[in-house]
Amino acid sequence: MFQVRIHGRGGQGVVTAAEMLSIAAFLEGKDAQAFPSFGSERMGAPVVAFCRISEREIRSREPISNPDAIIIQDRTVIEPACAFDGIVDNGFVLINSPADVETNLSNARVKCIGATEIALEQVGRPIPNAVLLGSFAALTGVIKIDSVIKAINTKFSGKIAEKNVKAAQVAYERTLGEM
Amino acid sequence: MLYQLEGSQAVARAIALCRPEVVCAYPITPQTHIVEGVGELVRSGQLGNCQYLNVESEMAAISVAIGSEAAGVRSYTATSSQGLLYMMEAVYNASGLELPIVMTLGNRAIGSPLNIWNDHADAMSARDAGWLMLFAENNQEAADLHIQAFKIAETLRLPVMVCMDGFILTHAYEKVDLPEQSEVDEFLPPYKPEFSLDPENPCAIGAMVSPNDFMEVRYMAHRRQLEACAVIDKIGTEFSAKFKRNTGGLLRTYHTENAETVVVAMGSVLGTIKDTVDDMNQTNGNGKYGVLSLVSYRPFPDNEIREALKNAKRVIVVEKAFALGRGGILAREVELALKGLDIEIVTVIAGLGGRVITKSMLAEVFRQPKGNLVFLGLKEDAIRQEYKTVLNKGGA
Repeated sequence: MFQVRIHGRGGQGVVTAAEMLSIAAFLEGKDAQAFPSFGSERMGAPVVAFCRISEREIRSREPISNPDAIIIQDRTVIEPACAFDGIVDNGFVLINSPADVETNLSNARVKCIGATEIALEQVGRPIPNAVLLGSFAALTGVIKIDSVIKAINTKFSGKIAEKNVKAAQVAYERTLGEM
Repeated sequence: MLYQLEGSQAVARAIALCRPEVVCAYPITPQTHIVEGVGELVRSGQLGNCQYLNVESEMAAISVAIGSEAAGVRSYTATSSQGLLYMMEAVYNASGLELPIVMTLGNRAIGSPLNIWNDHADAMSARDAGWLMLFAENNQEAADLHIQAFKIAETLRLPVMVCMDGFILTHAYEKVDLPEQSEVDEFLPPYKPEFSLDPENPCAIGAMVSPNDFMEVRYMAHRRQLEACAVIDKIGTEFSAKFKRNTGGLLRTYHTENAETVVVAMGSVLGTIKDTVDDMNQTNGNGKYGVLSLVSYRPFPDNEIREALKNAKRVIVVEKAFALGRGGILAREVELALKGLDIEIVTVIAGLGGRVITKSMLAEVFRQPKGNLVFLGLKEDAIRQEYKTVLNKGGA
């Protein structure tokens, strides 16, 4: 079982990111479960969403307290949301930030990427979710970039889908290049 | 075919496969995505001549369903929480008039205080309304139970409420296998009511019944509830034979053979309970644990529950609602089913108003329940503090 927790703010597509991640895993024949931290999805409010990926049937529905990976869509929620709590040893932390962020995590694989900047450049909107999933595919290897692209195309259509796919690919290549 | 879908969309598509001709609803969190999904399918022409009525209240939603069903048309609605309470007068009418409406209840707490999150207080408020009530454990079950619900309802001429946990299921993405239209058509033939309101052949329904006959009418309704157990079981078996999934029936057991302790629950918490029990059974010294998933709450399958639990030493009922001042509701019904057997019964009230239920919380209470009525994760410090404040204000 691979467990992912995504932190951000309402309006940044945090819940959609978890849903797309679950679709990507499903397309690879895995069991996947995505759900939001219910009811708090107001514009600008801190939001958490969860995704479990497994080769076996997923039954448990408790929130994820020991994630294998954490995605931070908005670094201003790190402290108030205690966003790094419970990360497993050698887990992945992917932060939306153009500059390095001091995490005090000694035993995690931390990666920062300016996802909002890439989104603005490629999509023209500051929604970093698809970009971060591209980077996530490169960083963790848990899902393939092709599955991420298919998942983006399931959720979006037309120009928006096209641009988000491009943005995810850019992030994927950049992350691979920096590893 | 397999899809990765939000629970609400899975249910919307399952409803569409059942070809209702009238869908009427008023949106309320967390049911909204379901009726939006059905509305979308109606608008895009995928439901043929289905009429979607966006009514002005829940009272109107159930009333429209009653009217259309009385006119002989397969009808569907959905609601949650206060929405169900607002419907309640007509909810009783629907069953009294023997109208096989299917309704989804996206389970949510009841205010006040206002709370939009999940528990089963809404469902419990309708437990004596004469509806059949089925609870889904996951989104596959939620979809499948709706397909079975229409068949059960129309076989028995009774309305069926399919309960699915708000947010936890309605808003969760998971894998759902949706059948083909042709398969559902074979399973669920077009609705042919025995009688219906028709201007060509005028008749009346819902006439006043005097003290001379009212008791008999109620007794017959009681009898039909009891007979419903066999019908739900039969249709569940039929469904699993056709679709190769055991997602219906009255109840399901999990490792209950030789279990000293059996946990009984309804709805989405069962997945977390099963994982907890698996972990505990792998650790020596915990005794043996099993799980009973109750699918049919109304009718309440007394005999089947008694048979499944008769060898247990202890039964722990985890429920997401309770009667203020009294304790467990489901637990009392389980207790009645086990009357005369030497089995200890523990009530665990959990997850009220969306309170998180974790495996570690469950494991702790399953291992050593503190008393016969436990409020899982209750913040006792906060309650002590609150009492102190109230006493101080009162000048004590």
